[in-house]
Amino acid sequence: MIALSQVSRSFTVGDQEVSALRGIDLDIAAGDYVSIMGPSGSGKSTLLNLIGLLDRPSSGTYKLDGGDVTALDDVQQARVRSEKIGFVFQSFHLVPRLTAAMNIELPMILAGIPPEERKERVAKLIENYGLKDRADHRPDQLSGGQRQRVAIARATSMNPAVLLADEPTGNLDQTTGREVMALLEQLVEQKVTLILVTHDPMLGGRAHRQIQMVDGAIISDNGKKT
Amino acid sequence: MLLPDLVKLTSSSFLSYRMRSFLTGLGIAIGITAVILLTSIGEGLHQFVLAEFSQFGTNIITVQPGKTQTQGGNVGILGSVRALSLDDADALRRLPYIEHVNVSVAGNAEVKANGRMRRTMVLGEGREFAGAFTMKVQSGTFWPDEDNEQARALVVLGAKVSQELYPGQNPLGSYLRVGGQRFRVIGVMEPKGQILGMDLDDTVFIPAARAMELFNRPGLMELQASYRTSVSADVVIRAIKESLIARHGREDFTVISQEQALDVLSSVLDVLTFAVGALGGISLLVGAVGILTIMTMAVTERTAEIGLLRALGAQQRQVMTLFLGEAMLLSALGGLAGLGLGVGIAQGLHLLFPALPVHTPWLFAVLAELTAIGIGLASGVAPAIRAARLDPVEALRTE
Ligand SMILES: Nc1ncnc2c1ncn2[C@@H]1O[C@H](COP(=O)(O)OP(=O)(O)OP(=O)(O)O)[C@@H](O)[C@H]1O
Ligand SMILES: [Mg+2]
Repeated sequence: MIALSQVSRSFTVGDQEVSALRGIDLDIAAGDYVSIMGPSGSGKSTLLNLIGLLDRPSSGTYKLDGGDVTALDDVQQARVRSEKIGFVFQSFHLVPRLTAAMNIELPMILAGIPPEERKERVAKLIENYGLKDRADHRPDQLSGGQRQRVAIARATSMNPAVLLADEPTGNLDQTTGREVMALLEQLVEQKVTLILVTHDPMLGGRAHRQIQMVDGAIISDNGKKT
Repeated sequence: MLLPDLVKLTSSSFLSYRMRSFLTGLGIAIGITAVILLTSIGEGLHQFVLAEFSQFGTNIITVQPGKTQTQGGNVGILGSVRALSLDDADALRRLPYIEHVNVSVAGNAEVKANGRMRRTMVLGEGREFAGAFTMKVQSGTFWPDEDNEQARALVVLGAKVSQELYPGQNPLGSYLRVGGQRFRVIGVMEPKGQILGMDLDDTVFIPAARAMELFNRPGLMELQASYRTSVSADVVIRAIKESLIARHGREDFTVISQEQALDVLSSVLDVLTFAVGALGGISLLVGAVGILTIMTMAVTERTAEIGLLRALGAQQRQVMTLFLGEAMLLSALGGLAGLGLGVGIAQGLHLLFPALPVHTPWLFAVLAELTAIGIGLASGVAPAIRAARLDPVEALRTE
């Protein structure tokens, strides 16, 4: 489903070229559960952003569902992100002025889904993620765990095929982190492809496939699903 | 993105920065208030003056003795400014298109009756005064056909004079002294009110010939001719000039048409209204700068949010729409507040000073609101484009 070949990404800082990714070859099958680990600055986030079409490779090709997506324009890429990809961030990234329910609704609003259908889906997500009595609260009235649950509900509201999580438990304590991981793993059971970036070997170890990165390159990849 | 959602999202940021939004909108509001207030007063004055002038109908041409536009030279040297006479009026009556010709002489005199005395304006008029000026006699009549030197000593009273001198009585048929001469009351006018500072109710009307005699004047002060509305003023003016030049031997009189006077007045008032509106425009410019500043700040503050929106599938155009929407909402609300304030203050002033006429044309209110929205749009464009062009990854990394 995701096929990267010889993907590189470099940044120009001042007059220096910084290579964040070097010649990445990576295939990820639909429904896979992949963890990406590695030291800070090894290019994990850069890779995730590329997969999520927030960034473009400096060279190499990226095929999603068989089609080359590197050449798409902004409107087309936005549509792919809207329909196929969900993001979960370490710092939650909720819109502070909007209620939990509105935050969850946001991707559907942007996609122009009719209000009746949105309402139904939001209600279901709120129920599923145990946010029933928090629906009308704003993010600053929520605990970290609740915030991340809102973020996950939001990421899944458009039923994406791929969920990209960049250290989703990084700002949470262990117990809450475990709860959040459980929710994400539930999604894997529902055939969502989950790509998880983490520093925690314990968490990374739970994935079906584990990838180690160092210095913009993949140094180990335990391959297929277990 | 659906329109109601756009409104909901933009108003959410508006509401969460209430104070700031209020202050920014205030700039526009003050501008619109100024524009609306000043133009309301300008328009009100305009309409007031127009109404005053056209109370008697606009198809009136006035002839006065003496030529005001003579170039150099003193007409007095030859001593030959001929007075306008009752015969001149008769000559004009015979011209085509002319409906009524009124003659007038004005002055002040003491009026005595019933043991009461009052100083009032005395208008010496022709028999066609009421017809030419669309004024009505309440009881009795105006004097019959006799615009000549032998005019009888008859008087028609203004409503107020009648009330003051004959409280609760019917003055018709009684005698009254005007400047020492005896006049018989044959009519009372309907109340008319003030017109350009003259109180026509505190006035007595006598035949023009008697007034000339009373005030010891050689001729008329003014001739007013009303003409059929189907012809243009120019045609009538030409006919009047030809006729009078033939009679006087030269143009020693001035012809003014109501229409021309109104045109000049209108354009002067239009310029005034415009100038005053432009002044308000300057405050709108200040408001526009305010919106530009606040939107630029908003883009900087909400960079991470912009990155998030892009990650959630927003197109660049949608991000732009959201910020433009915010700028427009700010200015539209500011504009509405300004409209309300402007009209409110204008009406309030009118209540305080009833003499000050105010009028807000609908079209003007709509234009002002559209201008406000346009200003929001214009000042929001640059920040909105900046927001749309942000690199999503960079944006997401800002905290
Ligand atoms: N916009 C940028 N400009 C310059 N250099 C960048 C930029 N983004 C990333 N880099 C560089 O690319 C490399 C990889 O960054 P990346 O954020 O992908 O690392 P990471 O593995 O996610 O690290 P961490 O675990 O700390 O989040 C780093 O050396 C970083 O300095
Ligand atoms: Mg990272």
